Amino acid sequence: MTDISKDAIAPPRSFLSQDAIQAFYRLLAALLICAVLAVLSDSFLSLGNILNVLRQASLTFFIASGLTLVVLTAGLDLSVGANVALSACIAGTVIHKTGSPALGILTGLACGGIVGLLNGIMVTALRIPSFIATYGMLWVLNGLTYWYMAGETLHGFPAGFRQIGSGYLFGLPIPVYLLLVFLGIGTLFAQRTIWGQEIYAIGANPVAARLSGIPVARRLLLVYAVSGTMAGLASIIFLSRLNSAEADIGESLTLPAIAAVLIGGTSLFGGVGTVFGTFIGALILTLVLNGMNLLSVSANWQPLVTGIIVILAVWLDMKTRRRAQ
Amino acid sequence: MSTAALTADTSSPVPLLELRGISKEFPGVKALDDVSFAVFPGEVHMLLGENGAGKSSLMKVLCGAYRADAGEFYHEGEKVAINSTADAQKLGIAVIFQEFSLVPHLDIAQNIFLGREPKGRIPGTIDRRKILADATRVLGMIGFEIDPSTIVDKLGVAQQQMVEIAKAISQNARILVMDEPSAALSDRETELLFALIARLKADGVSIVYISHRMAEVFALGDRITVLRDGRRIDGVRPADVTPDQLVRMMVGRNVDMTYPRNFADEPGEVLLEVKGLSASTGISDINIEVRRGEIVGLCGLVGSGRSEVARAIFGADPVSAGEIIFDGKAMSGEPDLAARRGIALIPESRKSEGLALLRSVGDNLVVSALRKLFPSGLFDQRRAQRTSEGLIRQLRIATPGARQIVGLLSGGNQQKVVIGKWLAAGSKLFIFDEPTRGIDVGAKSEIFALIDRLVAEGAAALMISSEQVEICHVCDRAYVMREGRIAGHLARSELTEENIVRLGMHHA
Ligand SMILES: Nc1ncnc2c1ncn2[C@@H]1O[C@H](COP(=O)(O)OP(=O)(O)OP(=O)(O)O)[C@@H](O)[C@H]1O
Ligand SMILES: [Mg+2]
Repeated sequence: MTDISKDAIAPPRSFLSQDAIQAFYRLLAALLICAVLAVLSDSFLSLGNILNVLRQASLTFFIASGLTLVVLTAGLDLSVGANVALSACIAGTVIHKTGSPALGILTGLACGGIVGLLNGIMVTALRIPSFIATYGMLWVLNGLTYWYMAGETLHGFPAGFRQIGSGYLFGLPIPVYLLLVFLGIGTLFAQRTIWGQEIYAIGANPVAARLSGIPVARRLLLVYAVSGTMAGLASIIFLSRLNSAEADIGESLTLPAIAAVLIGGTSLFGGVGTVFGTFIGALILTLVLNGMNLLSVSANWQPLVTGIIVILAVWLDMKTRRRAQ
Repeated sequence: MSTAALTADTSSPVPLLELRGISKEFPGVKALDDVSFAVFPGEVHMLLGENGAGKSSLMKVLCGAYRADAGEFYHEGEKVAINSTADAQKLGIAVIFQEFSLVPHLDIAQNIFLGREPKGRIPGTIDRRKILADATRVLGMIGFEIDPSTIVDKLGVAQQQMVEIAKAISQNARILVMDEPSAALSDRETELLFALIARLKADGVSIVYISHRMAEVFALGDRITVLRDGRRIDGVRPADVTPDQLVRMMVGRNVDMTYPRNFADEPGEVLLEVKGLSASTGISDINIEVRRGEIVGLCGLVGSGRSEVARAIFGADPVSAGEIIFDGKAMSGEPDLAARRGIALIPESRKSEGLALLRSVGDNLVVSALRKLFPSGLFDQRRAQRTSEGLIRQLRIATPGARQIVGLLSGGNQQKVVIGKWLAAGSKLFIFDEPTRGIDVGAKSEIFALIDRLVAEGAAALMISSEQVEICHVCDRAYVMREGRIAGHLARSELTEENIVRLGMHHA
C-alpha cells in the first residue's frame, strides 16, 4: 500500500508538474553527458556516431516503452528479452518459409502480443505477482526458443526487410523514425487518453482505482499485451538489423530496458513516470556506453557503470521529489 | 498575549506544556501563524477549527513530527526543545494521529508495542507471551474485546481506531493528544473512550482532544482553543459559550447547523432492489429497496455488516446468493460495471480505498468521471482542470490548487475529495459509507444540502453513518442491521435514536 508520511513529498513549486520538472532534470543530465563526451572524444560529435547512438537507443526504447506502462501499474515484465528472442526466431522462420516479410512482421508482433497477454492473464485472473509470473514466463520462453531453434541460426533475409533495421531515409536511420513515432504514440496514450489516466490511477492505488469504477483487470491485460507487442516490434528490428536470429539474442535485453525505465524516473511503486522519461533514460544509458566505447574503456566495466547510474538516478529522483525538511 | 490570559484563569499557574508563537508554513499554505497554546495538568483541552485550520499541524509540531518555522516550547515553565518525536516522548507526550499509522501486516499486539517490544530470553527475539498478555491488558483498559493476535489488515476502520488508542495509552503518557479519535467510532465505542478519558484525567493525565462533534466539546472539555486559518482565535471555557458562538468563532460567519432537507411528498420509482443478498463477508438475506428522491439510512453497530452490504451492492465483494436489481435490470459484476450503470460508492476508508494519496487533488477528483467527461476517450487536461476547480470551489476544499498532492491536504479536506470524486460522474445512486467522517460542522451541513439537491434531481442515496443524529435528520427512512442481517426497518415517523439503538442492540 502506498503510504505518504507527513512530509515525504514536495508539492509542485510552480506551474510545472512534477513530471515535467523531472523530465527537465533528465534532459539536462543527458545534455551534460553529451558535453563531457564532446570534450573528451573528438569522434563523439561526428554525425555517424550520433546516428549510431540514436539507433542504439531506439532498440532499448522499444522494449522499455512498453515496459514503462507495466511499471506504471506497479508491475514488472521480466520476460521482455526472452519474448524478443522467441518472436524474432518465429518471425524469421516465417519469412524464410513464406518469403513474405509482411507476414513475418505480423507473426513477430502477434507472438510478442500473445506472450504479453498470457502474462496479463497470469497477473489478473490467477493473481500471480507480476514479478513472479513474468520471471516464470522468461524461463518458459527461453525453453521454447532453445527447443524450437535446436542450436540453429537463422540467417539471410530479403534486402527490403533488412532496410527496417539498417536503412536510412533522408539521412536518418529508419529505427529513429520508428522511435519518434512510438515516443509520440506512447506519450499520447499515457497522457492524453483516459486509459492512460486509469493506468496511473491503478499504479497509485489499485484498491481505490477499482472502487473508483476503473476496470482494473482489463487495463492490466492491455498493459501487458502492449509490453509484449513492443517486444515483438523490437524483435523485428533486431532481426532485420542483425540479419540473423539465434535463441540467445534476448538475454542481454531485459536488464538494460529496466535500467532505462528506472533512469527515466518511473517508480517501481507505480503511478509515477512518463514514456518520455524512459526515452531520456534509454538515451542516457546509450550515451554512457557509447562514451565508454569511444574512450576505449574495457567493456567489462559497462555493467558496473550502468548499475551505478541506475542507483544514482533513482536516489536523486527520490531526493528531488522529497522535500528537505 | 495569550500566555498571561491563560495563566490568569487557571488554578494551576504553570502549564504542563506551553507552545508560544508557533508558525509553520508549507508551500502555498500558512498552516500556523503565531499560535500559542498551553496544556495544564489533568485537563481535557479541546482544539477546534474548520477543516484545514491547522489543528493537526499544531499537534504535529507539539509532538515533534513537524519542526516549526518559529516558536518556543516550555515544559513546566522551563524552556525545552522539541525537535523530534523522541524529544516529545521524553516529555511524556503521546499522540493518536488522525491518519492511522498502524502496520497492516503485523498483529494488534505487535502494533501496540511497535519499537518497544518486550525482549525474549534469546537475544533478538520477542517475548511473545508477554506481548500478548500486555496487549490484552491495554485493550481491556479501553474495553475493546478482541484477540490481540489478529492481523491489523483484517480490521475495520473503527477497530483500527481502537488499536491506535490502545497504542497511545500503553505509553503511559502525561500528555495525550487525540486527533479526532471518535470520528470513526460508533456511540458505544465513543462511550468507552469517554470513560477512559475520565479515568486518565483522574490520574492527572492531560488530554488534548480534537473533534468536530459539538456534543463532545461540551461533554468532555475543560477548556477550548479555537483556530481559524492557522491563527489562534480564542481560548474559552465551555460554560462560557454556546455551540453557535463556537461555530461562529471557527467559521467566522453564521452557519445553519440543522441539516436542511426537502422531503419529497411522494417517493419516486424504485431504483435499487436488493433481494435475499448474501455474501461470504458475513451478510445474509439482505432485502433493501431504494427509490428515486430518497435518502435511505443503513444503521447498526460497527461490525454489523453495513459496509459489507454497500460493497456487495457495488460489486466490490462477490455475492453468494440473492439478486441486485438496479434501474429495472439485474446486475452482477465488478465495480466498473456498477459505476457504468450509475452507482457511486463513497468508501469507508479514505486513505486505503478512497484516494490515490500520491496523485494530485485534480487527478483524484476526475478519476471516477473520466468516461463521462471524455466520451471520446481522449483526455483533456484543461477540461479536467476546470472540472476539478469547480468541485474544489463547490465543496470548499482547502488546497493551494488542483495540482496539490492530495495526501498533503488536511484530513477533512481529503474526505471532501473522496465525496467530490463521484459528483462529476453523473451517478444515479450514491452509496455513502460514513461520508462526513472528519468533516467540520459548516461543511457537514453543506454536504447534506448537496445530497439533498442530488436526490431532489432524481438520484437516490443509501447512507451509512454511525452518527444517529445525522440519520434521523436527513433520511427518509432507515434499515437497521444486526449481526449481518437486516434487523428492522424504520419509517420516517419511527426514525429516532432510541429506535435505532433498540433494533441494533444484540438482544432487542
Ligand atoms: N505536509 C504538508 N504539506 C503541505 N501542506 C500541508 C501539510 N500538512 C498540512 N498542510 C496544510 O496545512 C493546513 C492545515 O492542515 P491541518 O492538517 O493542520 O488541518 P486540520 O485543522 O487538522 O484540518 P482537519 O479538520 O481537516 O483535520 C491545510 O491547508 C493543509 O493542506
Ligand atoms: Mg486534522
